This record gives sequence, structure tokens and C-alpha cells, in this order.
Amino acid sequence: MSARTGKVWSLLGRGRRRRSKGDGAALARGSSLGLGVATIWLSLLVMLPLAAVVIKGTGNGWTGFWDALSNPSTAAALRLTVSQAFLVTAVNVVLGTVVAWVLVRDEFPGKGLIDLVIDVPFALPTIVAGLVLLSLYGPDSPLNLQFANTRVGIFIALLFVTVPFVVRAVQPVLLELDRDVEEAAASLGADRFTIFRRVVFPNLIPAIAAGTALAFARAVSEYGSLVLISGNLPFKTEVAAVRILSLNENDNPAGAAAVATVLLFVAVVTLLAIDGLRRWAVRRG
Amino acid sequence: MQYLLRFVAVGYIGLLILVPLFVVAQKTFENGASKVWEALTDETMVHAFQVTAYAAAHAVVINTVFGVGVSILLVRYRFPGRRLLSLLVDLPLSVSPIVAGLALVFVYGRTGWFGPALDSLGYQVIFAFPGIVLATVFVSLPLVVREIVPVLEEIGTEQEQAATILGANAFQTFHRITLPSIKWAVAYGVVLALARSLGEFGAVKVVTAGGVAGRTQTVTSLVEQRYGEFDELSAYSASLVLAAASILCLVVITIIRPASDKKSSDKKK
Amino acid sequence: MGISVRNINKNFGDFVALDDVTVDIESGNLTALLGPSGGGKTTLLRIIAGLEQPDSGVIEINGTDTTWLRPQQRNVGFVFQHYAAFKHLSVFRNVAFGLEIRKVPKDQIRTKVMELLELVHLDQFADRLPAQLSGGQRQRMALARALAVEPNVLLLDEPFGALDAKVRKELRDWLRRLHDEVHVTTVFVTHDQEEALEVSNEIVVINNGRVEQIGSPDELYDHPANEFVMGFLGPTTRLGGRLLRPHDIEVTAEATTGAVEAKVDRLLRVGYEVRIDAVRSVPGGEDELTTVQLTRKEAGHLDLREGDSVWLSPADGATVAAG
Repeated sequence: MSARTGKVWSLLGRGRRRRSKGDGAALARGSSLGLGVATIWLSLLVMLPLAAVVIKGTGNGWTGFWDALSNPSTAAALRLTVSQAFLVTAVNVVLGTVVAWVLVRDEFPGKGLIDLVIDVPFALPTIVAGLVLLSLYGPDSPLNLQFANTRVGIFIALLFVTVPFVVRAVQPVLLELDRDVEEAAASLGADRFTIFRRVVFPNLIPAIAAGTALAFARAVSEYGSLVLISGNLPFKTEVAAVRILSLNENDNPAGAAAVATVLLFVAVVTLLAIDGLRRWAVRRG
Repeated sequence: MQYLLRFVAVGYIGLLILVPLFVVAQKTFENGASKVWEALTDETMVHAFQVTAYAAAHAVVINTVFGVGVSILLVRYRFPGRRLLSLLVDLPLSVSPIVAGLALVFVYGRTGWFGPALDSLGYQVIFAFPGIVLATVFVSLPLVVREIVPVLEEIGTEQEQAATILGANAFQTFHRITLPSIKWAVAYGVVLALARSLGEFGAVKVVTAGGVAGRTQTVTSLVEQRYGEFDELSAYSASLVLAAASILCLVVITIIRPASDKKSSDKKK
Repeated sequence: MGISVRNINKNFGDFVALDDVTVDIESGNLTALLGPSGGGKTTLLRIIAGLEQPDSGVIEINGTDTTWLRPQQRNVGFVFQHYAAFKHLSVFRNVAFGLEIRKVPKDQIRTKVMELLELVHLDQFADRLPAQLSGGQRQRMALARALAVEPNVLLLDEPFGALDAKVRKELRDWLRRLHDEVHVTTVFVTHDQEEALEVSNEIVVINNGRVEQIGSPDELYDHPANEFVMGFLGPTTRLGGRLLRPHDIEVTAEATTGAVEAKVDRLLRVGYEVRIDAVRSVPGGEDELTTVQLTRKEAGHLDLREGDSVWLSPADGATVAAG
């Protein structure tokens, strides 16, 4: 699964194709049929449902939307979610870059295993991830650590699920980086830290930023890995996704939709930011 | 410095991922393998695995067919709204599964937009299998497309044009030239989508309201329920099977990846 | 018969790729479309193949109007610049592709493909994948693939562009000989005048989307229609404002009628030839630099030194551009 997130912006790349009228007639017929089917399917599966969320969430006007969000326990959940997401993203930006660096530039026995294990949080079902962490940090922790039902528990769970993003965004860029430039800098008298800061790091910025955006979006939207370890205590350990669910279960779909609209907004902004970053990186060459 | 960085990297990944995996395996087998087997052959457990497999199989097939088609549309054609289509395909990757589930309920639920109409036709989507499949398709939607698009861009259109000139029609060109060129990307996307589908929890939980044991309960929902009922053995056993499946997917992927990279320079067979 | 291109126009947005192009290519000819890159020659080739559609105009192949036919229906052979080898198919399957599409019986395919592979000297590589071939071998495979369907015309886009100098030279000779054997009407695109002169028996010079001249290599070289064609087909220099070939200038140590005086600025020996850069001051204008090409023997007789005065005049029968 290596370099998977590195491809996030490749989706929006441009392929060139000059349409020609002759074979275009048949192709146009086939392709517009395909386009129609794809559009209908995506509308039914993604666009209409997400639109329904926004419409329900803002159905009572801006004041209704705002009231729903400023409900004390909803506001607390949003604050907790955003602050934890920031914290976790910050840690992973630094440590994720270090891990990517070590995986690309260092050689040691067991490196292959580490490289494989990085992807486990991607592949592991979130509920299993939660259970795995609970077994280590829960009620009968072999390390005698008790993080269940605490914010530390949330922090660790979010670290776990967001680890791969920065690593997998930075790794391919680091692999393709021209070593000559670093050698040139060294021959000009730069020490290793200066080389990293002035030569390597600027090249990694788009990748780090993209990984950061994805990690943040994931942290904000996370549910599965938190539901067991966080305890879902209102005002204390209830995150946004859990709050949506409890609002919906307590017959307040409009409130649930309002919070969901906020999360959806974060998701869309993340994707647009990544697209923008890709364009920026392409323009910079 | 090198050793410090190595220590930090290995320590971070080891403590965060490897050690917990090890502990959960150890805890599962604490009371012996026969107990685990007993828990796994429990009737509702078997049924939950069937539901999960059913949903995953459908989601993978739907996403593969759709993914290949959409990738070709996105790469080979220019049309108005292409960027929007691309954004819609990507969106499930960053949308919370809870939001996804809620969104589907708002449209297909009994009181949703299409709910009454579907109800009168005798279709139930939410709280039923179609809802589980929809939710699973939703969350794994981008994975196949994401793998195929860069490969399609890289291979370009010359081989397809060459086939056309040699007399191949659109289907023959797709079947004989395009598909073989992207087959590894498709395989890779399929395994990713499979891993994601088997493990989906949040979205499926919302559209099934946690699932009814023995009917609409998936393995992930069952894990949550059993853990809540202090049946840790079942929860751990089921989790271990899911974890093994996802790690197997990872291993398959690491095998496929080099094969697809090497393919062009490899000897025949 | 052959290929008839009549009044073809093609624009890409604001860019005029082809501007009222009319060319007739006789059956059995080996024709080069020669010109600078971006001049429209590849577009013309792609229009003949059906990969592009003209905005207006008519294409006929062997007397049939093919302008609006799909590429599949034209039965042309096309060799792409980068070969467009089917990477996942063996050399044999690549060459067999067009025949398989045409549902030719398996044993006939086998015979035909092996025959072609022998013709392009790839018979012992039949089971290899394209990635295991060298550039020249891949090129020959692409040729065999195009020939397998017995096309009405064979079109090649910069066929030797991606090869290194030595292989390019070999393949040129080989293409010439192949054409003598197969005798299919062949059109190839090139920006290399030497390649066009050496391989083809007819050259179409295309520049800025227009046909500058059509003729045999000798005609074009000896009677260029204009200064562009003259400049594109070989080295040129100026003497008294006229465009001449450097080897069409006579050098004498003393004044002769019609000769102009110049000063030797630089002498350079390159192998068997000697190049002289002579500068002539033009009253009230910029100095004129004339490059003259002599054989070593001629230069030896003159015994020139840098700084010497020489007299330059166009040789008898010197090539000059018409118009």
C-alpha cells in the first residue's frame, strides 16, 4: 500500500486526448452513455445523500444551524475533536516525516517490517483498531496504563489511525529527490542540518502539507477506533462523530445533520486544499 | 543522529502499532485456541461473517466495474463537470463514515427523500442488506479509481490508437489493450477496496442502527456489541480474524506491487 | 491511385496546423514529409491515417474517399514515433494483432507472422516482450505489425527519431531495401533533411502548415523553389546578398570578373574539407560573412592564411532558390 496517499492529487491530473469526429461518433455514443450512468450512480450514492445532509442541517436557517452547533454538549464535542485533531496532526507531521526519512535513507534489519506495518492502520478495521488499543491501554492493560475513557485514549487512537498519512505522502517524494543537489550543498560547505532545512525540506513541503490535510480530516471524522476507548462521556470524551450518532438516536436528526455538515465541510476543504497543493507543486516543477 | 532518528522511528511505529497487535493476539489466545474456535463458530458470529462477506463481495464487484469505467472517463475524455465528478469520487475518502451513513439514511430511510416511494414499491434499503451494501460501496468508492487513473495517464493513448488503426473496435481495444495494461492497478484497487469493505464499521452501523444479531449485523458491529456485553473472547476472536484478513490484504498488496512495477522489464512467464 | 490529399485545412484552436494542403502521392512511392517540428507534417500523416479529422478537404486512398472513414476501415499501416508497442504482448502477438482482429485462421496467422518476422530479422525474438528488445528491434517489430495487415499505405511518424545515430543509419538503408521488396506506398515524416534525401524518392517540404515544394530529392536540392527549401535541405551562406551553397563558391587569389573581395577571417579544417569564413565590408551596411567550403586539395593550392584577401564568386551552375 506504499505511497498510496501520495497519489491523492494524481487523480486530478490531465490526460490529453484529441477527439476526432470519425471514430468520435461511436465513442461519443458509448462514452456519453457511460458518463450518464456514472453521473446517475454518483448522484444517487454520493451527491444526493450528502446534499440531504446539508439541506437538513441548514433547514432551519443559519440561526437554527448555529443554535444546533452551540448546544453546550455539541460545542464541547466539536472543540474536543478539533483540538485533538490539531494535536495529533502536529505530532504526526514531525514523527511522520522522521519515519519517512528513516525508511528512505536508512538501512537496518527489520526495515521491511516497519514499512509494511505503517499501512496496518489503513487496512485494519477501525473497530478492531479501537479494540487493539484498548487491550494495551484499557482496563487490564499489561503495561498498567489506564487510558480508557480519557482524552489521552482519544489522542492515542487518533495517532494510530493517522500515522500513515504523512509517512506515505512524504516517502515517494523523498525517494525521487535528487541526491546530487544535497551533495552540491555539502560541497558548498553546508552541514547536514542546514542541508535538510534549506535543500530537502522545501521540496517536501507540498507532500507534508497534503499528508497533514489528510491526517487532520481523518482525525476530525474518526469514529470507529474511538467508540470503545473514549467512553463517549458528554463534555469529556465525546467526539463529533459520536455526537452526531447520539443526536440522531435521540430523535434530533437536524442537530445531527448540522454537525455532519461541519464535518462534510472539513472533508471538502481538505480535498480542495490537496488539489490546490498539487497544482502548486506542479507549477513549481 | 542517524541512530537517534532510527530509534525514534522504530520506537514510534513499534509502540503504536506492533506492540498492540501483539497484545491483542496474546489476549485472544489466553484461554486456549479451542475457546477461540468455539466463539467463532457461534451461530450469530457465523451469520455476521456471512453478512460482511456478502456486503464486501457486492461492494468490490460494483466498485471495480464502476471504477474502471469512471477512470477511463476521467482520463480519456474532456467534458463539462469533469472536476466535479472527480471531486465526488474522491469525497468518500475524507468524509466521516458516520456522515456517510447518516446521508444515506436521510435519502433512503423510511422518512427519507426516497424512502416512502421505495417503501411503496416494497423495497427496504435502510436497516436491510441494500443499505449495508450501499454504505460499503460508498466508503470504498475511491480506492479502485485512485489506483487506475495514474496508470491510465502514464500509458497514454498511443497503444490504443495503434490497435484502432490495426482494425480493433472500441470494445476490442479496451479488452485487448487497455485492460491488460491496467490489470495490476485494478488488482491493487480491488484488494484495497476489499480490505476497506470487510472492515467498514461507522457507516454500516448507522444504516443498520447497530444491526440485528443474526440478521443485519456485520462482524464489526458484532465486535462492538460483544465487547459492550463483556464477552471479550468473542470480540477479540472476531477482531483477530478481521485483522488477519486486513493484514493478508496488505501482504497481497506488497506482492502485487513489485509485480506491477517489474512487469514491463520482466521475462515472459 | 496512391494517396490524394486535397485542400486540407486543420486548426487546433487558434493554431493553424494545415493551411490548404494539396499533395498527390503516387502508388508505390516512398515519400518523405520533411519540415521543421510544429510545421504540420505529423498532423497531415495523422489525418491520412484517420487519427485526426480535417476541418475541410478530402483524402483519397487508392481512389476511395476516406475522409470520413474511421481508422479501422482505412486499412492503413501506421508506425508511431515511439512504436506504441503493446507492452503486454509478445513480439509474435504484437505482429499478429491486426490479423487476429480480422479473424484470420490461426495457422495462416502463424505463417504470415513468421514470414514478416523473418523479413525484419526478428524471427528468433518472436516470444520476447517488447521491453526485452532494443530500440531498433522494437522499431522493426512495429513495422512488421503495420505490414501484417497488408495495408494500402504505410505511414511512419518520425520512424528513426528515437534511435541513436548508428542504428538510425542502418535502419534507413534497411527501410529503403524493404520498400524495394514490399513496394507498398509509403509516407514517412522526418525533420532530418539528410534522412529524407537518402531514403525517399519523393519529398514534400512542409512549413507553417503549407506545402513549400514537392519533388524528387535531386530536384529539391538542385532547384529549390524558395530560400526556405534551399536552407532546409542543406547548408547555405550569403554572397553579395544571394543565398548560395558554401561549396558553390569559387575562391581565387586574384580579382576575376564578377568576383568580390573579402578577407579570410577564420580557416577551419574538418576532416577532408576546409571551411573558410570570409568577411566583406559592405559600404554603408553591416559586414557580410560568407562561408566557403573547399576540399583540402583546393585549399592547398590557394595556400591561404587568416587575414589574406580573397576573391569570391558563385561557381558555374550554382544552386539558387527560385522565386
